[in-house]
Amino acid sequence: MSNPYAKLPAWAEYGLIPLVNLVVAFLVAGLVVLLVGENPLEAAYHMVNGAFGRGEYIGFTLYYATTFIFTGLSVAVAFHAGLFNIGSEGQAYIGGIGVALVCLWFDATMPWFIVFPLAIVGSALFGALWAFLPGWLQAKRGSHIVITTIMFNFIASSLMVYLLTRVLKPLGSMAPQTRTFEAGGQLPKLDWLLSIFGLDIGNAPFNVSFLLALLAAFAVWALIWRTRFGYEMRTMGHSPSAGRYAGISETRIIIIVMMISGGLAGMMALNPIMGEQFRMQLDFVQGAGFVGIAVALMGRSHPAGIIPAAILFGMLYQGGAEIAFEMPSISRDMIVIIQGLVILFAGALENMFRPAIGRAFAGLGRRSAPAVQTGGA
Amino acid sequence: MDLFQTIIAILESTIRVSVPLIFAALGGLFTERAGVFDISLEGKMLGAAFAAGAVAAVSGSVMAGLLAAILISVLLSLVHGYASITQRGSQIVSGVAINFVVAGSTVILGEAWFRQGGRTPALSGDARFQTVTLPFAEAVKDVPILGPIYSDLLSGHFILTYLAFAMVPFSWWVLYRTRFGLRLRAVGENPGAVDTAGISVIWLRYRAVICAGILCGFAGAYLSLAMSAGFVKGMTAGKGYIALAALIFAKWRPLNIMLACLLFGFLDALAIRLQGNPLPLIGQVPVQLMQALPYILTVILLAGFIGKAIPPKAGGIPYVKER
Repeated sequence: MSNPYAKLPAWAEYGLIPLVNLVVAFLVAGLVVLLVGENPLEAAYHMVNGAFGRGEYIGFTLYYATTFIFTGLSVAVAFHAGLFNIGSEGQAYIGGIGVALVCLWFDATMPWFIVFPLAIVGSALFGALWAFLPGWLQAKRGSHIVITTIMFNFIASSLMVYLLTRVLKPLGSMAPQTRTFEAGGQLPKLDWLLSIFGLDIGNAPFNVSFLLALLAAFAVWALIWRTRFGYEMRTMGHSPSAGRYAGISETRIIIIVMMISGGLAGMMALNPIMGEQFRMQLDFVQGAGFVGIAVALMGRSHPAGIIPAAILFGMLYQGGAEIAFEMPSISRDMIVIIQGLVILFAGALENMFRPAIGRAFAGLGRRSAPAVQTGGA
Repeated sequence: MDLFQTIIAILESTIRVSVPLIFAALGGLFTERAGVFDISLEGKMLGAAFAAGAVAAVSGSVMAGLLAAILISVLLSLVHGYASITQRGSQIVSGVAINFVVAGSTVILGEAWFRQGGRTPALSGDARFQTVTLPFAEAVKDVPILGPIYSDLLSGHFILTYLAFAMVPFSWWVLYRTRFGLRLRAVGENPGAVDTAGISVIWLRYRAVICAGILCGFAGAYLSLAMSAGFVKGMTAGKGYIALAALIFAKWRPLNIMLACLLFGFLDALAIRLQGNPLPLIGQVPVQLMQALPYILTVILLAGFIGKAIPPKAGGIPYVKER
C-alpha cells in the first residue's frame, strides 16, 4: 500500500490523529444526544461518573475492558497480516463451547486453578477451529475472508441456538443455557487488585481473566514485533508480492494468523462465562466481537493502544448503562452509535484530518514557530 | 389438491420475503460492479425502513414515507462514498461503521420521538402500501391449476413487489445495454483504463453508490410500509447480509440475483412452514439448519465447489489517480 501523505512525527501519528478522530466521533455522538433533546454535557458527566465514580463501577468498566482486549487483539493480529476478520464475534461465540465443556466436565472435581488453564486451551482451540475454515478457504480457494467470516458469524449463531436449546441444556429446564457451574468453574475476583488503591469492588465481576488479557496483549506484541513469524506476517500484510518474492508461504501465514486471531477471540468467552454468569447463555458475546473492530482501529492495532481503547469502550459500556438509568430517553443503544462513529472516524475516515495536520506541521517546519496560524486543524 | 395449495402458499410467501432481498442485492450489484464493496446494505435498508415508518406515521402519506426512505438511504450511501471513494478509506470498515451507526440511531431516535419501545406507530389506510389485485384475478380463480397460480400466487402483492421484479431486467438493461452501464462495469474491472479515456472514476463510482442507495431505500420502505405496518427495531434482522450472500451466490449478475434471492426466500418460507412439522423421509429438520443454509451455501460457492464466483477485479481498491 502506498502512502500518499506526508510523514508526521510519531507522537502526532499515534497520538494526535487518533485523538482528533475520537473527538470528532464524540462530537457527532453529542449531536445525536441533542437531537433526542438531552444535554450532551450532562450525558458525558453521567458516563464518566458511571464508569469511574465508585470502586464497583471501575470493576465493571475493567470487566468489560477485559472482553474488549481479547476481541481487539483478535482483530488487530489479523489486520497486521492484511486480513480483515469480521468473524471475531462468531469465533468468540464458538469459543464458549470450549469453556463450557471444560467447566461442565471438571467443575465439581477440580479447583479453579486447574479448570482455568484447561478452559483457556478449550476456548482458544474452539475459536481457532472456527477461524481455521475461513482462513483455509481464503488461502487455498481464494474466497474473500470478509464475506466468509460474516457468513460464519451467522452459521455460529444458528449452531449455538441449536446446541443450547437441544444439546447443552439440562433436562427439564426451559431456559436455553447450560447448568450453573460449581465452584471449580468460577473464577476468583480481582478484588485485592483494586483494594490496593483503596477501592471496593462490590458486585463487579472483575476477575482473573483480566490478567490473562494483559498477558495475551504482551504475547501479541512479542509475536508481531519480536519473532520471525511476526515479521513475515507484517511483510505479507504490507505487500503480499514482496512476501511471496521473499519466499514466505502465504497459505501458511493466512491460516496460522486466522487461527491465532480466532483463538484470541475464543478466549474472550472465559470472561463472561467463568467470570460473571457461571454458565453459558444464549448470545453471551453481545457484539463484543464487533467492538473489537473499533478497539483495534482506535488502538492502531498495537497492544499498547488496544488496552486503553478497550478501557475506553469498557467505560462506554458501563457508563452507558448509567446514562440509560439517569436519562431514560438515551438507552444503551447510544453505545452502538458511538462504536459505529469511532469505526467511521478512526477507521474509514482516518485520513480526513491528516492533510490538514500534515500541512500544519509542514508550515511549522518551514517558517519555524511564529507561523502557527497556518494550522487549520 | 391440499399439497398443491400448500405449495402455492409457500411460493407466495417466498415472493413476499424475497422482495427486500432483490432490491438490496441489486443495489449491491451496482456498487460492487463499480468496484466499491458494500456491506452496508443492511444499514441502509434499516435506516430507510425507519425513515419510511417515521415519516409515513407523521404525515399519513405512504409516498412521503417512500421518499424519506430513499433520501436517507442515499445519504448513507454518500457517507459510504465519501469515506471509501473520496477519502480512500477501507470500504469494509466504512460499511461496518454505517451498519452500527444506523442500528443504534434508529432505536434511540425512534424511542425519543415515538416512545413505543423502538417502534414507530402502527400504520393504516393511506399511510401504508395496499395490495394490488391483477385484472381478472377473481374471474379466473376457479380455473384448475392456472387459476390459483394467477389469482393467489401472482396477484394480490404490493406495487413494490412488482417493481422489484421489474427492476431485475431494468438493471440488466442499464448495466449491459447503456453507455453508463458499460463504463460502470469497466470502472470495477480496470479504473485506470476508464480514467485514461477521460471519464471521471470518482463521479462514476458516486453514481453507482447513489443507485444502490435508491434501491436499498425501496427495500427498506417495503419492510416498514408494505410487509409490516410500521418500523420495528432491528427489523432487517440480517436481510442485508443475506442479500450480500445472494449477490455473491449470483456471481454479480442481475438474473441470477433474482433466482438466488428467490432461493434464499424459499428457504426462509420453508423454515417457517416446517417449524414443528417433520418432513417425509428426512424427519425433523432443525430450524436453525434451515436458517443457516443460505450462509452455508454461499460459503460453499465461494470456495469454488459449485462453479467459481469471481468478483469484479478492482473491487475493494480505492482508485488513486497517478500524477
